Amino acid sequence: MNSCCTFLRSSIGKKLLVAITGVILIAFVIGHLLGNLQFFAGPHVINEYGTKLRHLPFGGLWVVRIGMIAAVLLHIFTTLMLVKENRAAKGAGYQFKASVQAKVATRLMALSGIILLSYIVFHLLHFTTHTINSDYAHWMDGEDHDVYRMIVAGFSNKAVAIFYIVAMVLLAMHLSHGAASLFQTLGLRTKKMACRLGLCAQIFAWVICAGYVSIPVAVLTGFYDKKHIGNAETPSCCEAPATKGAK
Amino acid sequence: MNLKLKVWRQKDRNSEGRLVDITANSIPPEASFLEMLDIVNDELTRKGDEPIAFDHDCREGICGTCSLSINGIPHGPSETTTCQLYMRKFSDGDTIYIEPFRAKAFPVIRDLCVDRMAFERIQQAGGFITARAGSAQDGNAILVPKQNADLAMEAAACIGCGACVGACPNGSAMLFVGAKVTHLAELPQGQPERQRRVLSMVAQMDKEGFGNCSNYYECEAVCPAEIPATVIAKLNREYAVAGAKDTVGVE
Repeated sequence: MNSCCTFLRSSIGKKLLVAITGVILIAFVIGHLLGNLQFFAGPHVINEYGTKLRHLPFGGLWVVRIGMIAAVLLHIFTTLMLVKENRAAKGAGYQFKASVQAKVATRLMALSGIILLSYIVFHLLHFTTHTINSDYAHWMDGEDHDVYRMIVAGFSNKAVAIFYIVAMVLLAMHLSHGAASLFQTLGLRTKKMACRLGLCAQIFAWVICAGYVSIPVAVLTGFYDKKHIGNAETPSCCEAPATKGAK
Repeated sequence: MNLKLKVWRQKDRNSEGRLVDITANSIPPEASFLEMLDIVNDELTRKGDEPIAFDHDCREGICGTCSLSINGIPHGPSETTTCQLYMRKFSDGDTIYIEPFRAKAFPVIRDLCVDRMAFERIQQAGGFITARAGSAQDGNAILVPKQNADLAMEAAACIGCGACVGACPNGSAMLFVGAKVTHLAELPQGQPERQRRVLSMVAQMDKEGFGNCSNYYECEAVCPAEIPATVIAKLNREYAVAGAKDTVGVE
């Protein structure tokens, strides 16, 4: 146990913790995107998917939620410890600041991480706990919760959609460094991979970003099932733009 | 050529340092950077001023003694040591910032000289093999696969100059430690102490106050021995395996 604590407290141990929690978060980002893309398969598909998630066996949804919160907290807490040590280790730094090959995404990891965290909190309050609009909780599509309508209403608010898109661009930047870095930290980066790994991480990150961004873009450009939105009961305080184009 | 230098002057490790403007006149383009400093020092001595203290030794690019950060980049704008950097890389009238390598674990002793003994202490913690002296066996009796020999040789090229630490925004020594660990882990002679070595060297590295790698790869860009950052991946792997074995008590 003592050796284990020493290991986790060491520089490399902490880096490994950040990488492993990063892998968990990347797996979630992929899974969540695949779920979200069912938006394009129509209201009933994504609404049924939402119901399935809520009724996963053995309280699966809560296991995932608690696991994700733990992973996010561990990822942030360990990174903060590393940043504190790094600042102390560099000391005063140079009067003439220069950099040879560090990428912009790499230098902005802390900034992209902090903005992403604020986005995650907003996103949970918006779509998970419905704190921002409590009407969402009562929107039903038959037996299922009307996730589709909630998405359309949410992204019809341009400020929300733009915040979402900006957050996803920052997610892409965060992933373009993180997805390549985790191979290095887990000791899997070899000379043969080194040149291609950065490019693969970039492609992966921007594909993920494009997938997520496609949904608010579809809503803003009116590419959604207007009939479904039009047939839905009008809530007491609906976000009107969503139903404008309904026939 | 005539140059405007902004040189870090610091009396000793307890004094405050600052950048001082010094002009370097009539510098031949074929002079090395250190020879340029020699010319400047001659002039300063003639005027009765203190010459600039800087580290140098072989002046052939193999000993790792010379340091300096030139315009914020350790060893300056070429992939060599400072002694192998020639003034033809600069233009007449240039302003050049000359500072010591910056890291808390490398305290400034005077002007451009930093104390790099932290590297020695890391080496003493495990960067060696235990061999019986006086009875060396035939070198060819130990077979080393070509691939491993190449990887070990590449890592062994590290001259321990500390440019990696100076370039790292986190003041991390992981390229240096990665090179030393990789060098011995790839060879049969390094196997008996492999696990203990990486654990001890990383523990000493942390104790010295070096930072943590966050994969900027600035270190490999400035390394005059061209040590690749993949040695850090190897260090991470070696440490993870050794740490796991140590936790469960496997030797």
